[in-house]
Amino acid sequence: MIDALIWVILIPLLGGLVAVLFPRIAGITGILSTAGMVFACLVLIKLVADSGPQVYLVGGWSAGLGISLYADGLSSLFLLMTAMIALAVSIYASSYFRQSHLRLHYWPLWLLLLSALSALLLASDLFNIYVTLELLGISAVALTALDGKRPAVEAAVRYLVLGLLGSLGFLAGVALLYAAYGSLDLATLATRIQPGAASWAAAALMTAGLMIKTALFPMHFWLPPAHANAPAPVSAALSALVVKAAFYLVLRLWLDLFGVSLSGGVSTLIGLLGAAAVLWGSWCALQAERLKVLAAYSTVAQIGYLFIFLALILEMPVGIPRDEAIAGLMLMALSHGFAKSAFFLSTGIIQQRQGHDRIKELAGAVQGMPVTTFTLALAGIALIGLPISGAFLGKWQLIDGALYLHDWLLALVVLAGSLLASAYIFRVLGQAFGNSPYPTKVLSIGMQEIPAMVLALIATLVLGLASGPIWPFLEVTVMSGRAGM
Amino acid sequence: MSFDNLLPVFIVMSSLVPGVMIFFLREGSHRIRTLLNLLGAFLKLLLVGIMIWGVFHERVYETQFLIAPGLEFRLHADALSVLFVTLSTVLWMVTTIYAIGYLENSPHRSRFFGFFSLCVTATVGLALAGNLFTFLIFYEVLTLVTYPLVAHRGTPEAIRGARIYLTYTLVGGAVLLFGIIWLKSLVGTVAFVQGGILGAVDPALYPQLKIIFLLLMIGLGVKAAIVPLHGWLPKAMVAPAPVSALLHAVAVVKAGAFGIIRVVYDVYGVEFAHELGLLIALGIAASITIIYGSLRALSQDNLKKRLAYSTISQVSYIALGASILGPVATIGGVVHLVHQGIMKITLFFAAGNYAETLGVHKISEMDGIGKRMPGTTLAFTMGALGMIGVPPVAGFITKWYLGVGALNAGVGQWILPVLLLSSLLNAAYFLPILYRAWFKESQGAWPDERIPAGGLETHGALLWPPIITAIMALAVGLLAAAPYSPLEWVQLIAYREYGQ
Repeated sequence: MIDALIWVILIPLLGGLVAVLFPRIAGITGILSTAGMVFACLVLIKLVADSGPQVYLVGGWSAGLGISLYADGLSSLFLLMTAMIALAVSIYASSYFRQSHLRLHYWPLWLLLLSALSALLLASDLFNIYVTLELLGISAVALTALDGKRPAVEAAVRYLVLGLLGSLGFLAGVALLYAAYGSLDLATLATRIQPGAASWAAAALMTAGLMIKTALFPMHFWLPPAHANAPAPVSAALSALVVKAAFYLVLRLWLDLFGVSLSGGVSTLIGLLGAAAVLWGSWCALQAERLKVLAAYSTVAQIGYLFIFLALILEMPVGIPRDEAIAGLMLMALSHGFAKSAFFLSTGIIQQRQGHDRIKELAGAVQGMPVTTFTLALAGIALIGLPISGAFLGKWQLIDGALYLHDWLLALVVLAGSLLASAYIFRVLGQAFGNSPYPTKVLSIGMQEIPAMVLALIATLVLGLASGPIWPFLEVTVMSGRAGM
Repeated sequence: MSFDNLLPVFIVMSSLVPGVMIFFLREGSHRIRTLLNLLGAFLKLLLVGIMIWGVFHERVYETQFLIAPGLEFRLHADALSVLFVTLSTVLWMVTTIYAIGYLENSPHRSRFFGFFSLCVTATVGLALAGNLFTFLIFYEVLTLVTYPLVAHRGTPEAIRGARIYLTYTLVGGAVLLFGIIWLKSLVGTVAFVQGGILGAVDPALYPQLKIIFLLLMIGLGVKAAIVPLHGWLPKAMVAPAPVSALLHAVAVVKAGAFGIIRVVYDVYGVEFAHELGLLIALGIAASITIIYGSLRALSQDNLKKRLAYSTISQVSYIALGASILGPVATIGGVVHLVHQGIMKITLFFAAGNYAETLGVHKISEMDGIGKRMPGTTLAFTMGALGMIGVPPVAGFITKWYLGVGALNAGVGQWILPVLLLSSLLNAAYFLPILYRAWFKESQGAWPDERIPAGGLETHGALLWPPIITAIMALAVGLLAAAPYSPLEWVQLIAYREYGQ
């Protein structure tokens, strides 16, 4: 049963092959593969919950020689989120690309991206992480340029260059660590790493590289054009999953590796960058003229929250408040992933129906599509962090943590960020009221509207009310991470 | 889970489920919509009846589960929540009937009634909340589900009004959130407990507790429309009349006032708040609001605007009651939660009838309206007299208890003048309306007479609700001493609070 680990990677990879060989059944293959991923992830979650972190040695080779996979609470929850969003996006995409030749390229790339993403989340040594990071980056760039139009290609090239720069920084850090400590395995490194110039340099290079990839202010400028010009299913995946994967690595590195021995000044810097990202991203979202640009800048802001969270966690001594903060961070990340993908998918529906997504001219459009509007509203609530949503509980823990550390500034930034978010979300929702005729049908494109709405409901009602069972699981498995290996 | 554990959930669900179902109805299926609405309302009323009986006999109705570490979602019925739940349920039912008549043949009714039910769901939820965390959840949800109601008409003015409403309430919500988290990080709990949770707090924390109290009052004061946080309320008057009625009588404004009562009595504890000198500050803010609202009401010619400023003034009686130490003033404040609701909803129904039937929006157009619409005007008169405090209508009871309570607490020298001045002002802005309506001759044709005077002066669904609520306003005053009257019930609350 431990094979669940490898299946999460293999299923989309095999699906991608099928999609290349038999383009006619690519859509259904995509849906089935992602459904298989969801199932494998559920099995994995159950295993982790019952018997703690899981290790799998590919081909039976031991860690030094072969590839080993590792799953704990952190990675398995990110995986589950990935699989669920992937399933919804696949169902959506099968309808979105129905008429378009783009589907020929979309499905293989999309499934390859998912495979890379799973491998990244399960990788347990730095070299594999680097390889999967590159794989993920390349497939994401290809998807960004999917429709071949000029703005999309320009954005993709910029994305490619910056992504490579980020990977390069990461690789340099990896090399430094290997030279200093003679291992790439995270668990081994965690026991050997000492404070010193090499460790600091490696931490700085790797973190900076990942910050580019996760689009933390001020390295965010590549994100809005890339996410706003890609087709909706791609934007959803990029904003909800790909950016989040880079953040996952930051989290993993600092919680498991650097955070143990390196501390001090870093957290202040991370916190300040996060705060700046929240304010700047929200402000730009407020100015945006297009719905997709708004959504993209909102991602910049949301990444800021996650970094503020990380800064607080690094300051906290090991104990219950820290565990709760980690769980809050996870909940916020999950909530944002679901909400942002729902938001982008809804945007895509509007764009397809209207031919544009200019916010000021949306009045008629959003009124004609009540389900999509409702989805936008739910996703918006999660993005703002209002109850009932997972993000609200996350935000509560965030402010709680800031007050615990007497960090008033960060607490106020979080509040200000939420208010700015309300402003940009309701700028859109305000369009939903006007005197255009009432729609005759509640549901217009079920295959697209329902997956988006389900994602939004998960972000709000499910994570906001029923996340209770996840919390203890999160705290325990994250904390008993590699240290216990 | 026994029935007692689930009763609060059922009460919340009884409007949530119909509300969600209504969203999916076709615009034309008004029969099913009406049926769903009324079924929900009757079911809720029935469940509330059971709860009233149970709480009186000291049964415990409680639902709780851990939503996150240290954060408990808790619904709990005590005498105060039952009071507010009953008020919301009864007035929701009446308003629903009114709204069915009012919105006949207008567009977007499924959306309207869906959010209308959600609005009551949120109100009932915050009435039953067992701690500040749960309260906050429903408080914010209330903001969100009221927004579409205020924006309902979809005119630029309506959308602007809704945006102003949202700006005020969301900022207030953020301040409240901050205050609650701060409080929780200091004392570890934010549960509602009779007599408060801060009795044994380290005196070194007193300064922080004072700031937190201020934050909580700002957060709640936005909805309760305490000056200078009241700016949204006159702007939100662009909403359809049933929405204004519900907003002013039960949902939004009352949610704020109810929250103030909760914080003073069940979080800080009235004696502790007094000790910290917080009550006097609250009392001053409430007094200023009472006078200011009345003064502004005087100069409004638009009837709904005058009523809006009157609400600002009247709701602060509740806060004023909470700011005076002693059971008698508590009774005056808390009972006004009910009294103001019944009277104000009557006034708004009547104003809606004038606008809908005759196109009359301004007080200067109301000459002789009593002859044309005697039933509505009679109801309006009852509400207005109650607001002024003429015995035996409900408002008199409030003012009496507030006055006696102030004397008992030794603050009569400044509370009594406030009450007196406010009553004079109330008379000054209500009596001229009554004079015009009853004693002046009509100026000729009405601005926009849409519903001809047939058998009834207007639609039955529009006429009966204000008459029913007017009778209620008279009855709760006349029969104040009867068992299960609001006054009796509030005495129960006060005695439980003061432990007598």
